[in-house]
Amino acid sequence: MVGLDPRNLPATEAEIDFSDIEEKYQLTFNESFDNVIVIDNLPVVDEKKAEKLERLIHKLLKDVGEIKEDGLFMPMQENADSGETMTQGFAFVEFDTTQQAARALENLQNKKLDKNHILMAYKFTDVERYATMSDEYREPYIAPYEDREHLRSWLFEPKCRDQFAALCGEEVSINLNNQNGKPEEMCSRPGWTENFLQWSPKGTYLTTYHLQGVALWGGESWKKIMRLLHPNVKFVEYSPNESYLVSYSTTPINLDTVLKISPSENPFGPEDEGNTTAVWDVKTGALLRTFGAPLAINDTRPANIRFKWSPDDAYLARCVPGRALEVYQASTMLKLDKKSIEVKSIVDFEWSPGTGKPGRAQSANKTPSYSLVYWTPEVDNLPARVTLMCIPSKEIIRTKNLFNLTDCKFFWQDKGDYLCVHVSRPTADKLNTVSSLELFRIREKSVPVDTIEVNERVTEFAWEPKASQPRFAIISNPEPADEQLNANGMILNPPRPNVSFYEAERRTKSNMARLANAKVGNFRCVKTLEKAKANSLFWSPKGRHIVLATLKTTSAWDLEFWDLNFPTSDDENAPTEMEELSHQSHYGVTSACWDPTGRYFVSYASFWRHPNENGYAIWDVNGHCHTKQLLEGFKQFAWRPRPASVLSDEKRKAIAKNVGKYSAAFEEEDRIFENAASSAVIQKHRRLMEEWTTWRERAVQVYEDERQVLGKGPPPATTVNTDEEEIIEEWVEELVEETEEVVE
Amino acid sequence: MRPTLLKGHERALTQIKYNREGDLLFSVAKDNIVSVWFSHNGERLGTYQGHQGTIWSVDVNSDSTLMVTGSADDSARLWSVRDGRLLHTWTTETAVKRVQFSEDDKFVLMVLERRRNYNGSIKVYAIDSDTPEDQSDEPISVIEPQDSKVSVAGWGYLNKYIVAGHEDGTVSLFDWNTGDVINAVQDHEGLLTDLQFSMDRTYFITSSKDKTSRIYDANTLECLKEYVTDTPLNSAAIVPALQEFVVMGGGQEAMQVTTTSQRQGKFECRFFHKIYQEEVGRVRGHFGPINTIAFHPDGKSFSSGGEDGYIRLHVLDPDYFEFKFE
Repeated sequence: MVGLDPRNLPATEAEIDFSDIEEKYQLTFNESFDNVIVIDNLPVVDEKKAEKLERLIHKLLKDVGEIKEDGLFMPMQENADSGETMTQGFAFVEFDTTQQAARALENLQNKKLDKNHILMAYKFTDVERYATMSDEYREPYIAPYEDREHLRSWLFEPKCRDQFAALCGEEVSINLNNQNGKPEEMCSRPGWTENFLQWSPKGTYLTTYHLQGVALWGGESWKKIMRLLHPNVKFVEYSPNESYLVSYSTTPINLDTVLKISPSENPFGPEDEGNTTAVWDVKTGALLRTFGAPLAINDTRPANIRFKWSPDDAYLARCVPGRALEVYQASTMLKLDKKSIEVKSIVDFEWSPGTGKPGRAQSANKTPSYSLVYWTPEVDNLPARVTLMCIPSKEIIRTKNLFNLTDCKFFWQDKGDYLCVHVSRPTADKLNTVSSLELFRIREKSVPVDTIEVNERVTEFAWEPKASQPRFAIISNPEPADEQLNANGMILNPPRPNVSFYEAERRTKSNMARLANAKVGNFRCVKTLEKAKANSLFWSPKGRHIVLATLKTTSAWDLEFWDLNFPTSDDENAPTEMEELSHQSHYGVTSACWDPTGRYFVSYASFWRHPNENGYAIWDVNGHCHTKQLLEGFKQFAWRPRPASVLSDEKRKAIAKNVGKYSAAFEEEDRIFENAASSAVIQKHRRLMEEWTTWRERAVQVYEDERQVLGKGPPPATTVNTDEEEIIEEWVEELVEETEEVVE
Repeated sequence: MRPTLLKGHERALTQIKYNREGDLLFSVAKDNIVSVWFSHNGERLGTYQGHQGTIWSVDVNSDSTLMVTGSADDSARLWSVRDGRLLHTWTTETAVKRVQFSEDDKFVLMVLERRRNYNGSIKVYAIDSDTPEDQSDEPISVIEPQDSKVSVAGWGYLNKYIVAGHEDGTVSLFDWNTGDVINAVQDHEGLLTDLQFSMDRTYFITSSKDKTSRIYDANTLECLKEYVTDTPLNSAAIVPALQEFVVMGGGQEAMQVTTTSQRQGKFECRFFHKIYQEEVGRVRGHFGPINTIAFHPDGKSFSSGGEDGYIRLHVLDPDYFEFKFE
């Protein structure tokens, strides 16, 4: 009530100005028709059957959401021939929200009602749009062809040096790792990213994060290749072959804000409003689809809304906890067979990285088949269950019942030949948890499962990559978890757990007698390091080498370099021999990673965790430090990944056998490079020394000249000669004890 | 290398200084007393008592007869080194942050702190060494810097100029007779904490809170070298003989020390190659920031004084002298 003076009230109510209150409480009416859809190709029926049809439509749309009261309208018309009042074969449906309308479209499109009636569904607004469309053909605008830089040019680097991106303060730099000494900076830009950095899985694109979305960079000159508009994006995930990208934001898409940023680039439509996840085509930058949070979660667990990709980009799937598994075909962005796979009480799932149907040897099949594994907890006296399923056939290959568990985690071996299910169970006294590992041998007939009871709490599990014989390492701790973290998430009391290595039993001449047939393939523990200083495992991407590291602690910074094939005999089937190559320490280390070739290991201390001695160190497989860079405000280190090698396994083996033949040339090259580098340093030092001595001579000359002008004698000696050292011996006598005895 | 710990002060050290021959080491601290030590074994020879506040600075003349000190009790004092007698007291407007004898011992400069009612200054007094007890209370020159506060200062050779280091990182050259600025450069980005000359005073080293240390030509103020570290620096010294090194020290601010460990505080003396500007080594030990470093004139030992109240006297190992940088 603007301007209302309590001492001078108006005489009548009509004179009071209520406009501000009215404005405040004004009702907004939904005037758009975005929530209305048209269903076409319905059967034409008479009045009596119309009611039945209406009920059918209600049933079809039950899953989608509430149809508004009186929201279903089927126009009727008198048939000129028969005089009967008939429906027209279409209906209008009005929903509460635009999202529901969008979902209804998806569910009803091409739905087969019966043999003659395949339903079609449109947005009501589309009807209008197509009706007012101009009939005249207009030539679409084709942008002139622009030559792009070769996106994989970095692989042509003559010395095959690997690149890495480093984020230091606000500055991003791309560097070349030299075999010896300091890395070489190629390109650096301040404020390139507002958050962190991310490479695409094959290294083609560098992803930078901004408030408005993400940008993709690459090519020789690091030009911007793509800009994907998604306000407040938190992280993105590429599909394994870099064809697609999924971006996740914490704020639902709001068209008004997007239009404010850039109306010309807005990829979103009204049906995307309120969604948080977007899927993009990386090559064209086109938005393929957006997703909201999964529907109605009647489960208290945090919803795992992440999409996971099948190994070659064909499918993406996410789990609606407690309800279903949603598998989408990447090419159409529609659900596989148009419906979710209903799995009551599902908690989590994981795709196999390999293809082919489990239970069979891997073969070059015509139609690729993928598999995934999911688990359900104990509900209503039903045991917990791990299920292995084939996609797209949805055939269940293997199930395994489990009892009395609290959690399940999946670890696929990199080729998809083995699956480890890590099962956590409470101990009888409920004070601790212990783990067991269920190992599925996927390629063998009927998928045998081998159980290893660890009887300790397993905190880390890692398969050896590229292994000829399957091996894995675990970190386990017999003590209950009692980690104390400081405000930055640094561990104050690093535990001393056990690290164990396992390998599968092999059939060799020596153990034929000992091993029963059934035992071949079972895993056995090769070695356990008790009370190890480690909380993380880093297998080399080429296998064989492993680094045990203590990360993110305030009091331990150990790095242990191990070799698991220490060659003590030439027999290829000899059991694993292990040797610790070296034990190093990197003060304040928070993260670590291997380079894509498995030649170098990097450990770094990030400013995100603490401000002390930030920087990185590059080590070789033997644990020798190649370079250590202390950089103030250093945040992130990221090796540029490489695409998979195109060499076949046989060729690679042949090269490994004749490595001596090739290495001579490379060693020569290294030597030349090293000499050049060290001679450059010597040259620089010589130059500096020369500059300094000339300056000194000149300065001393000027000084002496000035002295003479003032009539003072030669300068006093500037050095003190104490070569004739005088040795003074000092005798210190100390009374240790004094006793007095009376001698009689 | 096992250092000798000189425990004589109860509070943080502010400055330490060797005499010309290097047999004596003078130290001042926030506990109001001056100590003098035998540098070869760390034994305390004696103390000089009389100041009523933190002593910020000390200097001794070239024949080790007179010593001058500057204190927060708004005075500077002249002492007889031999018997500890107080010879003269100059009462000043504000605290005296830095004192130094000129090359020929005929003058002494004092840096006076800037306060609300006083703009800060560099004052020059004449010293009459024939009648040590009778000194003039009238300065022969007063330099009043206009812009940034002066934090440290020193005499150039032949009493030509006074070099001053400022709060904003500027280094300036004053004609001390007229008080005019002859030259000024600003390479440092933070408060200058120390300024030490080479033996012949043709160049000097500065240390700054901006984590760097620099060497300047004393005539032209040309920045000859820069040494970059990762911690705020409180002191820097030039190694006078045997090796072409410089040494500097500092560490996290005293206020934050209690919250961090010794390692994170970076309380180390860092050795750099003077010409190649590359770090060659560190000496650990203090458990507080290093406030002051001094090198023995023979280049065979050095001392550091810390916020922790200790002076650590290091006699360098044989491998230090054999070290060759290539």
